[in-house]
Amino acid sequence: MLHTVNKSPFERNSLESCLRLSAAGSAILLFEDAVVGAVTGTNIADKVSAALADREIYVLGPDLAARGLDQSKLIDGIKVVDYGGFVDLSVEKSAVQAWV
Amino acid sequence: MGIEVNGKTLEVDEEGYLADLSTWVPEVATVMAKEDGQELGEDHWELINFLREYYEEYQIAPAIRVLTKAIGKKLGKDKGNSKYLYELFPYGPAKQACKYAGLPKPTGCV
Amino acid sequence: MSEIKKFMYVNRKAPYGTVYALESLEVVLIGAAFDQDVSLAFVDDGVYQIMNGQNTTGIGMKNFSSTYKALGDYEVTKLYVEKESLEARGLTVDDLMELTWEDEDDDYEEKPSIRLVSSAELAEVMADQDVVLSF
Repeated sequence: MLHTVNKSPFERNSLESCLRLSAAGSAILLFEDAVVGAVTGTNIADKVSAALADREIYVLGPDLAARGLDQSKLIDGIKVVDYGGFVDLSVEKSAVQAWV
Repeated sequence: MGIEVNGKTLEVDEEGYLADLSTWVPEVATVMAKEDGQELGEDHWELINFLREYYEEYQIAPAIRVLTKAIGKKLGKDKGNSKYLYELFPYGPAKQACKYAGLPKPTGCV
Repeated sequence: MSEIKKFMYVNRKAPYGTVYALESLEVVLIGAAFDQDVSLAFVDDGVYQIMNGQNTTGIGMKNFSSTYKALGDYEVTKLYVEKESLEARGLTVDDLMELTWEDEDDDYEEKPSIRLVSSAELAEVMADQDVVLSF
Protein backbone atom coordinates (compact mmCIF):
# COMPACT_ATOMS: atom_id res chain seq x y z
CA MET A 1 0.00 0.00 0.00
CA LEU A 2 1.11 3.54 -0.79
CA HIS A 3 0.41 6.45 1.54
CA THR A 4 0.80 9.96 0.20
CA VAL A 5 1.16 13.11 2.28
CA ASN A 6 1.11 16.63 0.82
CA LYS A 7 0.70 18.86 3.88
CA SER A 8 3.43 20.33 6.05
CA PRO A 9 3.73 18.45 9.36
CA PHE A 10 4.12 21.83 11.06
CA GLU A 11 0.70 22.96 9.86
CA ARG A 12 -1.38 19.75 9.85
CA ASN A 13 -1.27 16.38 11.56
CA SER A 14 -1.44 14.47 8.25
CA LEU A 15 2.12 13.15 8.40
CA GLU A 16 1.81 12.11 12.05
CA SER A 17 -1.46 10.31 11.34
CA CYS A 18 0.11 8.64 8.34
CA LEU A 19 3.06 7.41 10.40
CA ARG A 20 0.68 6.16 13.10
CA LEU A 21 -1.67 4.36 10.69
CA SER A 22 0.61 2.93 8.03
CA ALA A 23 1.35 -0.75 8.40
CA ALA A 24 4.82 -2.27 8.24
CA GLY A 25 5.83 -2.91 4.65
CA SER A 26 3.89 -0.01 3.21
CA ALA A 27 5.42 2.92 1.34
CA ILE A 28 5.03 6.61 2.11
CA LEU A 29 5.52 9.38 -0.41
CA LEU A 30 6.01 12.97 0.71
CA PHE A 31 5.25 15.67 -1.87
CA GLU A 32 4.22 19.33 -2.09
CA ASP A 33 4.47 20.95 1.38
CA ALA A 34 5.03 17.60 3.09
CA VAL A 35 8.62 17.46 1.79
CA VAL A 36 9.63 19.73 4.66
CA GLY A 37 9.15 16.69 6.89
CA ALA A 38 11.85 14.74 5.05
CA VAL A 39 14.87 16.66 6.32
CA THR A 40 16.93 16.32 9.48
CA GLY A 41 16.80 18.66 12.44
CA THR A 42 13.02 19.10 12.63
CA ASN A 43 10.84 18.21 15.61
CA ILE A 44 9.26 15.37 13.64
CA ALA A 45 12.51 13.91 12.23
CA ASP A 46 12.77 11.27 14.97
CA LYS A 47 9.31 9.91 14.17
CA VAL A 48 10.12 9.82 10.48
CA SER A 49 13.41 8.02 11.14
CA ALA A 50 11.67 5.49 13.34
CA ALA A 51 9.15 4.70 10.59
CA LEU A 52 12.00 3.92 8.19
CA ALA A 53 12.68 0.78 10.20
CA ASP A 54 9.75 -1.05 8.62
CA ARG A 55 8.46 1.26 5.87
CA GLU A 56 9.93 2.84 2.74
CA ILE A 57 9.76 6.62 2.59
CA TYR A 58 10.05 8.58 -0.65
CA VAL A 59 10.18 12.28 -1.31
CA LEU A 60 9.39 14.09 -4.54
CA GLY A 61 12.62 15.75 -5.76
CA PRO A 62 11.11 18.70 -7.65
CA ASP A 63 9.11 19.74 -4.56
CA LEU A 64 12.28 19.61 -2.41
CA ALA A 65 14.21 21.70 -4.92
CA ALA A 66 11.38 24.22 -5.26
CA ARG A 67 11.56 24.86 -1.52
CA GLY A 68 15.34 25.24 -1.49
CA LEU A 69 15.84 22.06 0.52
CA ASP A 70 19.07 20.29 -0.36
CA GLN A 71 19.04 16.52 -0.79
CA SER A 72 22.08 16.29 1.47
CA LYS A 73 19.81 17.30 4.38
CA LEU A 74 17.46 14.36 3.93
CA ILE A 75 16.94 11.93 6.77
CA ASP A 76 19.04 8.79 6.15
CA GLY A 77 17.08 6.16 4.26
CA ILE A 78 14.59 8.46 2.50
CA LYS A 79 14.70 8.01 -1.27
CA VAL A 80 14.20 10.77 -3.81
CA VAL A 81 11.85 10.15 -6.76
CA ASP A 82 10.80 12.26 -9.73
CA TYR A 83 7.27 12.45 -11.18
CA GLY A 84 7.84 9.22 -13.11
CA GLY A 85 8.84 7.52 -9.86
CA PHE A 86 5.66 8.84 -8.20
CA VAL A 87 3.58 7.26 -10.98
CA ASP A 88 5.52 3.98 -10.74
CA LEU A 89 4.87 3.81 -7.01
CA SER A 90 1.15 4.44 -7.46
CA VAL A 91 0.93 1.66 -10.02
CA GLU A 92 3.12 -0.78 -8.11
CA LYS A 93 1.34 -0.49 -4.76
CA SER A 94 -2.16 -1.94 -4.69
CA ALA A 95 -4.08 0.83 -2.95
CA VAL A 96 -3.33 4.48 -2.27
CA GLN A 97 -4.34 6.35 0.86
CA ALA A 98 -4.01 10.11 0.45
CA TRP A 99 -3.53 11.91 3.77
CA VAL A 100 -4.96 15.19 2.52
CA MET B 1 -40.92 27.47 -10.33
CA GLY B 2 -43.75 26.68 -8.00
CA ILE B 3 -46.94 24.75 -7.39
CA GLU B 4 -50.27 26.13 -6.18
CA VAL B 5 -51.36 24.55 -2.91
CA ASN B 6 -54.19 25.89 -0.77
CA GLY B 7 -53.96 29.25 -2.54
CA LYS B 8 -50.23 29.57 -1.83
CA THR B 9 -47.32 29.11 -4.21
CA LEU B 10 -44.70 26.67 -2.95
CA GLU B 11 -41.29 26.70 -4.55
CA VAL B 12 -40.08 23.56 -6.34
CA ASP B 13 -36.83 22.78 -8.15
CA GLU B 14 -36.45 22.11 -11.87
CA GLU B 15 -37.39 18.46 -11.39
CA GLY B 16 -40.47 19.35 -9.38
CA TYR B 17 -39.18 18.46 -5.91
CA LEU B 18 -40.29 20.75 -3.10
CA ALA B 19 -37.57 23.31 -2.36
CA ASP B 20 -38.34 23.55 1.35
CA LEU B 21 -39.36 20.33 3.06
CA SER B 22 -40.99 22.24 5.91
CA THR B 23 -43.57 23.79 3.59
CA TRP B 24 -45.11 20.36 2.96
CA VAL B 25 -48.78 19.73 3.69
CA PRO B 26 -50.74 16.65 2.54
CA GLU B 27 -52.33 18.71 -0.25
CA VAL B 28 -48.87 18.98 -1.85
CA ALA B 29 -49.10 15.27 -2.66
CA THR B 30 -52.66 15.64 -3.93
CA VAL B 31 -51.77 18.53 -6.21
CA MET B 32 -48.64 16.79 -7.57
CA ALA B 33 -50.60 13.59 -8.17
CA LYS B 34 -53.29 15.47 -10.04
CA GLU B 35 -50.65 16.97 -12.34
CA ASP B 36 -49.49 13.42 -13.08
CA GLY B 37 -53.10 12.38 -13.66
CA GLN B 38 -53.23 10.12 -10.65
CA GLU B 39 -55.55 9.63 -7.68
CA LEU B 40 -54.06 8.88 -4.29
CA GLY B 41 -55.55 6.01 -2.34
CA GLU B 42 -54.86 4.58 1.08
CA ASP B 43 -51.88 2.55 -0.16
CA HIS B 44 -50.28 5.63 -1.66
CA TRP B 45 -50.65 7.54 1.57
CA GLU B 46 -49.21 4.65 3.54
CA LEU B 47 -46.06 4.87 1.44
CA ILE B 48 -45.91 8.67 1.48
CA ASN B 49 -46.21 8.68 5.26
CA PHE B 50 -43.62 5.94 5.53
CA LEU B 51 -41.17 8.02 3.50
CA ARG B 52 -41.80 11.09 5.59
CA GLU B 53 -41.15 9.14 8.76
CA TYR B 54 -37.99 7.64 7.30
CA TYR B 55 -36.75 11.10 6.38
CA GLU B 56 -37.65 12.46 9.80
CA GLU B 57 -35.54 9.75 11.42
CA TYR B 58 -32.56 9.55 9.06
CA GLN B 59 -32.57 12.86 7.16
CA ILE B 60 -32.34 11.10 3.81
CA ALA B 61 -34.67 9.72 1.20
CA PRO B 62 -33.81 6.02 1.06
CA ALA B 63 -32.45 4.30 -2.04
CA ILE B 64 -34.96 1.95 -3.64
CA ARG B 65 -33.53 -1.31 -2.33
CA VAL B 66 -33.28 0.16 1.16
CA LEU B 67 -36.86 1.34 0.84
CA THR B 68 -38.24 -2.03 -0.27
CA LYS B 69 -36.46 -3.80 2.56
CA ALA B 70 -37.67 -1.34 5.18
CA ILE B 71 -41.23 -1.48 3.85
CA GLY B 72 -41.19 -5.25 3.79
CA LYS B 73 -40.24 -5.23 7.41
CA LYS B 74 -42.74 -2.63 8.53
CA LEU B 75 -45.73 -3.15 6.25
CA GLY B 76 -45.34 -6.78 5.29
CA LYS B 77 -43.43 -8.86 2.76
CA ASP B 78 -46.15 -8.52 0.09
CA LYS B 79 -45.45 -4.78 -0.03
CA GLY B 80 -41.67 -4.92 0.29
CA ASN B 81 -40.84 -5.29 -3.38
CA SER B 82 -40.37 -2.92 -6.25
CA LYS B 83 -43.25 -4.43 -8.23
CA TYR B 84 -45.70 -3.26 -5.57
CA LEU B 85 -44.08 0.17 -5.40
CA TYR B 86 -44.12 0.61 -9.17
CA GLU B 87 -47.77 -0.41 -9.31
CA LEU B 88 -48.58 2.38 -6.90
CA PHE B 89 -46.18 4.86 -8.44
CA PRO B 90 -45.57 4.02 -12.09
CA TYR B 91 -43.00 6.78 -12.53
CA GLY B 92 -40.93 5.14 -9.79
CA PRO B 93 -40.98 5.47 -6.03
CA ALA B 94 -38.08 7.92 -6.13
CA LYS B 95 -39.39 10.17 -8.85
CA GLN B 96 -42.97 10.08 -7.61
CA ALA B 97 -43.41 8.98 -4.01
CA CYS B 98 -40.47 10.94 -2.61
CA LYS B 99 -41.53 13.98 -4.57
CA TYR B 100 -45.12 13.77 -3.33
CA ALA B 101 -43.81 13.33 0.21
CA GLY B 102 -41.84 16.56 -0.11
CA LEU B 103 -38.50 14.79 0.15
CA PRO B 104 -35.42 15.58 -1.90
CA LYS B 105 -34.37 13.18 -4.63
CA PRO B 106 -33.05 10.02 -2.96
CA THR B 107 -29.40 9.79 -2.10
CA GLY B 108 -28.01 6.78 -3.88
CA CYS B 109 -30.54 7.07 -6.66
CA VAL B 110 -28.44 6.03 -9.66
CA MET C 1 -20.26 -9.71 -12.00
CA SER C 2 -16.79 -8.60 -11.12
CA GLU C 3 -15.40 -9.81 -7.84
CA ILE C 4 -16.11 -7.97 -4.63
CA LYS C 5 -13.50 -5.43 -3.63
CA LYS C 6 -12.70 -3.96 -0.26
CA PHE C 7 -13.47 -0.27 -0.11
CA MET C 8 -12.53 1.87 2.86
CA TYR C 9 -13.62 5.47 3.33
CA VAL C 10 -11.26 7.31 5.66
CA ASN C 11 -12.84 10.27 7.47
CA ARG C 12 -10.48 12.76 9.09
CA LYS C 13 -12.42 16.02 9.29
CA ALA C 14 -14.96 17.36 11.77
CA PRO C 15 -18.45 18.00 10.37
CA TYR C 16 -19.93 21.44 9.46
CA GLY C 17 -16.66 23.41 9.29
CA THR C 18 -15.90 21.93 5.88
CA VAL C 19 -17.97 19.90 3.47
CA TYR C 20 -15.78 16.76 3.62
CA ALA C 21 -17.85 14.84 6.18
CA LEU C 22 -21.13 15.30 4.33
CA GLU C 23 -19.55 14.58 0.96
CA SER C 24 -18.02 11.40 2.28
CA LEU C 25 -21.35 10.25 3.69
CA GLU C 26 -23.10 10.93 0.40
CA VAL C 27 -20.47 9.04 -1.57
CA VAL C 28 -20.77 6.13 0.85
CA LEU C 29 -24.56 6.00 0.40
CA ILE C 30 -24.29 6.19 -3.38
CA GLY C 31 -21.43 3.70 -3.47
CA ALA C 32 -23.43 1.27 -1.33
CA ALA C 33 -25.50 0.45 -4.42
CA PHE C 34 -22.50 -1.34 -5.94
CA ASP C 35 -22.35 -4.32 -3.59
CA GLN C 36 -18.76 -4.01 -2.47
CA ASP C 37 -17.21 -4.79 0.90
CA VAL C 38 -17.44 -1.32 2.40
CA SER C 39 -16.01 -0.04 5.65
CA LEU C 40 -15.55 3.40 7.15
CA ALA C 41 -12.68 4.62 9.30
CA PHE C 42 -12.97 7.57 11.65
CA VAL C 43 -9.60 9.01 12.62
CA ASP C 44 -8.30 12.39 13.76
CA ASP C 45 -11.12 14.97 13.77
CA GLY C 46 -13.24 12.50 11.81
CA VAL C 47 -14.37 11.03 15.13
CA TYR C 48 -16.42 14.20 15.71
CA GLN C 49 -18.66 13.18 12.80
CA ILE C 50 -20.35 10.51 14.88
CA MET C 51 -20.59 12.40 18.19
CA ASN C 52 -23.79 11.92 20.11
CA GLY C 53 -26.12 14.86 20.70
CA GLN C 54 -25.29 17.06 17.72
CA ASN C 55 -27.62 20.05 17.46
CA THR C 56 -27.20 22.39 14.51
CA THR C 57 -30.22 24.64 14.99
CA GLY C 58 -27.99 27.51 16.06
CA ILE C 59 -25.74 27.40 13.01
CA GLY C 60 -28.46 27.05 10.40
CA MET C 61 -27.04 23.89 8.84
CA LYS C 62 -28.65 20.53 8.33
CA ASN C 63 -27.81 18.08 11.08
CA PHE C 64 -26.82 15.00 9.10
CA SER C 65 -25.63 12.98 12.08
CA SER C 66 -28.79 10.85 12.12
CA THR C 67 -27.99 9.72 8.58
CA TYR C 68 -25.13 7.62 9.99
CA LYS C 69 -27.88 5.57 11.65
CA ALA C 70 -29.15 4.62 8.20
CA LEU C 71 -25.80 3.10 7.18
CA GLY C 72 -26.88 -0.29 8.51
CA ASP C 73 -29.86 -0.26 6.11
CA TYR C 74 -27.36 0.34 3.32
CA GLU C 75 -25.38 -2.70 4.47
CA VAL C 76 -22.49 -0.57 5.65
CA THR C 77 -21.82 -2.27 8.95
CA LYS C 78 -18.13 -1.81 9.70
CA LEU C 79 -17.25 1.54 11.23
CA TYR C 80 -13.71 1.55 12.56
CA VAL C 81 -12.96 4.20 15.17
CA GLU C 82 -9.36 4.76 16.19
CA LYS C 83 -8.94 4.69 19.94
CA GLU C 84 -5.91 6.99 19.89
CA SER C 85 -7.85 9.70 18.04
CA LEU C 86 -10.64 9.54 20.62
CA GLU C 87 -8.20 9.68 23.51
CA ALA C 88 -6.30 12.63 22.03
CA ARG C 89 -9.60 14.54 22.05
CA GLY C 90 -10.64 13.55 25.56
CA LEU C 91 -13.40 11.32 24.20
CA THR C 92 -14.50 7.76 24.77
CA VAL C 93 -16.77 5.52 22.75
CA ASP C 94 -19.60 6.57 25.09
CA ASP C 95 -19.47 10.04 23.52
CA LEU C 96 -20.36 8.54 20.16
CA MET C 97 -23.76 7.65 18.74
CA GLU C 98 -24.92 4.11 19.14
CA LEU C 99 -24.77 2.82 15.59
CA THR C 100 -26.13 -0.62 14.83
CA TRP C 101 -27.18 -2.85 11.98
CA GLU C 102 -29.71 -5.64 11.74
CA ASP C 103 -28.37 -9.05 10.87
CA GLU C 104 -30.91 -10.63 8.52
CA ASP C 105 -29.21 -13.98 8.85
CA ASP C 106 -29.50 -13.88 12.61
CA ASP C 107 -33.21 -13.15 13.15
CA TYR C 108 -32.71 -9.40 12.58
CA GLU C 109 -30.62 -9.11 15.69
CA GLU C 110 -29.22 -5.61 16.23
CA LYS C 111 -25.45 -5.64 16.24
CA PRO C 112 -23.04 -2.79 16.91
CA SER C 113 -21.45 -1.22 13.82
CA ILE C 114 -18.72 0.65 15.66
CA ARG C 115 -15.45 -1.22 16.07
CA LEU C 116 -13.05 0.46 18.42
CA VAL C 117 -9.52 -0.31 17.23
CA SER C 118 -5.96 0.72 18.04
CA SER C 119 -3.76 2.54 15.51
CA ALA C 120 -1.88 -0.68 14.83
CA GLU C 121 -5.09 -2.66 14.26
CA LEU C 122 -6.49 -0.01 11.95
CA ALA C 123 -3.21 0.14 10.04
CA GLU C 124 -3.56 -3.58 9.30
CA VAL C 125 -7.18 -3.25 8.17
CA MET C 126 -6.26 -0.31 5.94
CA ALA C 127 -3.32 -2.16 4.41
CA ASP C 128 -5.70 -4.95 3.45
CA GLN C 129 -7.99 -2.71 1.30
CA ASP C 130 -8.27 -2.73 -2.46
CA VAL C 131 -9.42 0.88 -2.60
CA VAL C 132 -9.07 3.63 -0.02
CA LEU C 133 -10.98 6.90 -0.38
CA SER C 134 -9.92 9.80 1.80
CA PHE C 135 -12.04 12.66 3.01
